[in-house]
Amino acid sequence: MSSITTTNLSKAYGEVQALKNINLSVREGEIFGLIGPDGAGKTTLFRILATLLLPDSGSARVAGLDPVGDYKKLRTKLGYMPGRFSLYQDLTVRENLEFFASVFGSSIEENYELIREIYVQIEPFRDRRAGALSGGMKQKLALCCALIHKPEVLLLDEPGTGVDPVSRQEFWDMLRRLRQWGITILVSTPYMDEAELCDRIALIQQGEILTIDTPEKVRAAYPRPLFAVRADDMYRLIRDLRELPGAAGCYAFGESAHLSLRDTAIGLDDVRRYLIERRHEAVEVSPTPATIEDCFIEFLNH
Amino acid sequence: MQAVIQTDRLTKTFGHFTAVDAISFEVAPGEIFGFLGANGAGKTTALKMLTGLLKPSQGKAFVAGYDVERYPEEVKRRIGYMSQRFSLYEDLTVRENIRFYGGIYGLSTPDIRRKTGLLLDKLQLGAQADALVGSLPLGWKQKLAFSVALLHEPRIVFLDEPTSGVDPLTRRQFWDLIYEAAHQGVTLMVTTHYMDESEYCDRVSIMVDGRMDALDTPGNLKKHFSAADMDEVFRRLARPDEPVVRDGHVPHIFKSPEE
Repeated sequence: MSSITTTNLSKAYGEVQALKNINLSVREGEIFGLIGPDGAGKTTLFRILATLLLPDSGSARVAGLDPVGDYKKLRTKLGYMPGRFSLYQDLTVRENLEFFASVFGSSIEENYELIREIYVQIEPFRDRRAGALSGGMKQKLALCCALIHKPEVLLLDEPGTGVDPVSRQEFWDMLRRLRQWGITILVSTPYMDEAELCDRIALIQQGEILTIDTPEKVRAAYPRPLFAVRADDMYRLIRDLRELPGAAGCYAFGESAHLSLRDTAIGLDDVRRYLIERRHEAVEVSPTPATIEDCFIEFLNH
Repeated sequence: MQAVIQTDRLTKTFGHFTAVDAISFEVAPGEIFGFLGANGAGKTTALKMLTGLLKPSQGKAFVAGYDVERYPEEVKRRIGYMSQRFSLYEDLTVRENIRFYGGIYGLSTPDIRRKTGLLLDKLQLGAQADALVGSLPLGWKQKLAFSVALLHEPRIVFLDEPTSGVDPLTRRQFWDLIYEAAHQGVTLMVTTHYMDESEYCDRVSIMVDGRMDALDTPGNLKKHFSAADMDEVFRRLARPDEPVVRDGHVPHIFKSPEE
């Protein structure tokens, strides 16, 4: 069963079309990732689903309810974590949690089991003001506050932005453990590597969805041969590979450059020979599977 | 050649809290220097001292040949700075932003005019020259902000999470600009949360609890930590409960916690 569906959802701010006919469906209990850069429309979509913004056209259902017509009822079933830290900075950790529980007519004790694993990590700071917490701790508290009324659907808008890789990893571990409660999670991120941690993803850019599928299938649909290439001088390597006849594009991916080919007849040896002719040293060429970023770049280039 | 940045036990304390704990390192001209660390590790405080915005509590730092404590204004004149948050004035056009920053750094009017032309050509922003910066996509803003930070030909540019939230294609185009600047001899000090980007640096430092716990080329760091990628190096360093060095010997670049 679908927990979130949108049908031709559109929203404009003046001349800027923030969302263009968005159609997606998130299944109950899945972690669905909305992957795209700043300005793609992710936050606009979240606000509409969270009953905080009216769409210009199209409709949505969240937990069986209409975010426009049934907004009051829907709010009790939603946990929403906005991109900007939105807890009360002057209240302590404990006070924030109590406040959010009481607003929803619940208590910390009632749903403690749900947040226990996360809360124990911030409990040593229970009497500290939220404004004085570190980035990772704020994020954990915000997640606890979004969960404390045991929502059916959790909307997480860029929980990892500005957070270091270690804290991001811990946050994702927590999300995956939340699955056991059957909570549907829609999460957005500009970090493409996080796509791999989702059950299904939608790539989104400038208000339009580029593709929706499992991360594996998105990667498998990459349309052309892709080589990982290394050499001593990365800057020169990338420039030369872009000039290679038959190359579709070349971009840095960590310690190697990914070369995608328009001409499928080009082999590893051809690339190697081409680079050695241009006096590159320590040349290594091997086929490589596409990452989500390769796929995203492919969509942007076409 | 003389180092562009040189610090000697640079330290900053706030009350009883030591934000930056006696860090010593050098950065060479034309080097792309990755400056990494977890949230709260002390990166921002260190950057503020290096850019002349915050006085060190102890230790020394020389940037572009000047002592940051005694000559912060001389330092500021010789560096460029670009952050993820504040880059350009959204209510000014592209051309006005360039003129404004050129003026701030004391460039002559003909110089500003000449450089504006070059810059618009290079970024292919000619058609948008009179558009408000606020109307540009984030990726273009960031590329423009970087070029503006280079306008007064600084010897070093500090880039604080320049690619945060930018799409993967623009992120790479941004790195093309970084490489190009480095090839022209500009030193770049870059912070990022994208670990793949740390691979593009000549050397990478990782701060943990105010200390600089690692400093080497990405290749050597991966070797030392027997790590598959920089993500793993980072994780191993930033998680204090896991053993830092696996092979039993501590390379000289790593300080023991007692030091």
